Amino acid sequence: MMKPLKTQQRQRLLSAMVLIGFFLLWELACLAFQVSDLVLPRPTQIFLVLFEKMPLLWPHTVQTLYTTLLGFALGVISGVLLGVMVGSSRLAYNVAYPLLVGFSSIPKVAVVPIFVVWFGAGTVPAVLTSMIISIFPVVVNVATGLASTEPEFEDVLKVLGASKRDVLWNVSLPRALPYLFASLKVAITLAFVGTVLSESVAANKGIGNVMMIASGNFDVALVFAGLIILAVMGVLLYALSAYIEHRVTGWAHRKTESMT
Amino acid sequence: MQDTPLIELSQVTVRYGDPDSGTLALTQTSLRIDRGDFVALVGPSGCGKSTILKLVAGLLTASSGGVLLNGREANCKGIGIGLAFQNPTMMPWLTIRENIMIPLKIVEPYRGQYARKKKGEFAEKADAMLARVGLAGFGDKRPWELSGGMLQRASLCRALIHEPQLLLLDEPFGALDSFTREELWDILQQLWMDTGSTVLLVTHDLREAAYLANRVCVMSSRPGRILEDCPVPFPRPRSEETTYQPECVSLIHSLRKQIADARAGEPTQENA
Repeated sequence: MMKPLKTQQRQRLLSAMVLIGFFLLWELACLAFQVSDLVLPRPTQIFLVLFEKMPLLWPHTVQTLYTTLLGFALGVISGVLLGVMVGSSRLAYNVAYPLLVGFSSIPKVAVVPIFVVWFGAGTVPAVLTSMIISIFPVVVNVATGLASTEPEFEDVLKVLGASKRDVLWNVSLPRALPYLFASLKVAITLAFVGTVLSESVAANKGIGNVMMIASGNFDVALVFAGLIILAVMGVLLYALSAYIEHRVTGWAHRKTESMT
Repeated sequence: MQDTPLIELSQVTVRYGDPDSGTLALTQTSLRIDRGDFVALVGPSGCGKSTILKLVAGLLTASSGGVLLNGREANCKGIGIGLAFQNPTMMPWLTIRENIMIPLKIVEPYRGQYARKKKGEFAEKADAMLARVGLAGFGDKRPWELSGGMLQRASLCRALIHEPQLLLLDEPFGALDSFTREELWDILQQLWMDTGSTVLLVTHDLREAAYLANRVCVMSSRPGRILEDCPVPFPRPRSEETTYQPECVSLIHSLRKQIADARAGEPTQENA
């Protein structure tokens, strides 16, 4: 049990070093080539701005986080429901899949103005954008997970006289859970994209809005500070879903556990 | 013993895929199995042994002909059925005990009591079954922590826990080493003698058929049909030694010869 822990620690140390090295390289490159801070501010400048403007940025951070989580939650719920519908029969899978692909190919920027027309500028279009952007990976993964359930597992239940619902609850859904969690990790990062997209087009609050205004004022350091806030929130939520994934569907990842 | 057999297949034909040009798997097959009997189905590979099992299990419907269970049209709800495949098909997201308790979760009358008894009575029942097959203490393990032979034992437990009238076994010991296989033959024979359920065993191992079954049905190559129905008269309980007795050896020889003939014989007569 000791050895895997050590490897894990070494991995964490390595990724921290890579991150620090990245910022260090950035800093040094900016200094060496005398890059103007209007083009690319140095990390130290960015973090200074981040620190100074935190009281001002905090409400926007909360707004973006709230919008994203709400949109993500709605996206996951509707994604799971759609995925179950699409994945539960071969016919539905074949009929609905092209539609889904078509729907997902629409650039989500294009739908923000429509939402603004319908619901006005503000939180609602941002929530909706992050919702529709996070639906697709969830639907596809849940549907694939359900459709790829081993028929032998289903037979075990069918012989017992199980109903379709029994099979769904006892075999298909547990079997699809690892697929769902894989999609959550993608969806949570996409949800941020949706929120910021909508905020920067039509909102008066949120990190996206802050970045829009900052870039209008040529406050490039503040723009980068916004990016860093987004990145940190993204990483934290990704880590959270990865943690839950590990707890809930550890059985699907047993190989990595027992091998290291 | 009642007159209606537990299983009755009459003139069953099964065609996979297209109704006219699809692969003909079974043709005009008839088979009767009485309550409490132990029947083994043997035959060349691809002859439709598993198809018969699936018909009886209600996983497949016949293209023509009748499949009656207990005198009624076959479907899964008719009588209690336990099924074990060649693969143990233990669900990896459940512990071994939970896997074994699956039938109790689905089948009445256990179903209604499941929420109340899963921690107490049912878990004890599962543990008792595990102990029967030599897996005491493995209930909390996950399927991937057990070897193939252990999983196959657990799979037997799952097939039997709801005390089914009919046990269907599709080459359940096919993937095991010969020591484990022979040990499981003995366990299965014991379980059958204790419970008095009816067993239909599909196998390609003739010694296994002779060890376990009351009757061995030999099937022709595809499209399958039953060529020969041999009684196996040896007294119970049988042991590994039984299979080396001269009568048993000659039975196995004659079965082997029939299967060899079936493989060589008229496979092209299908559309005659």
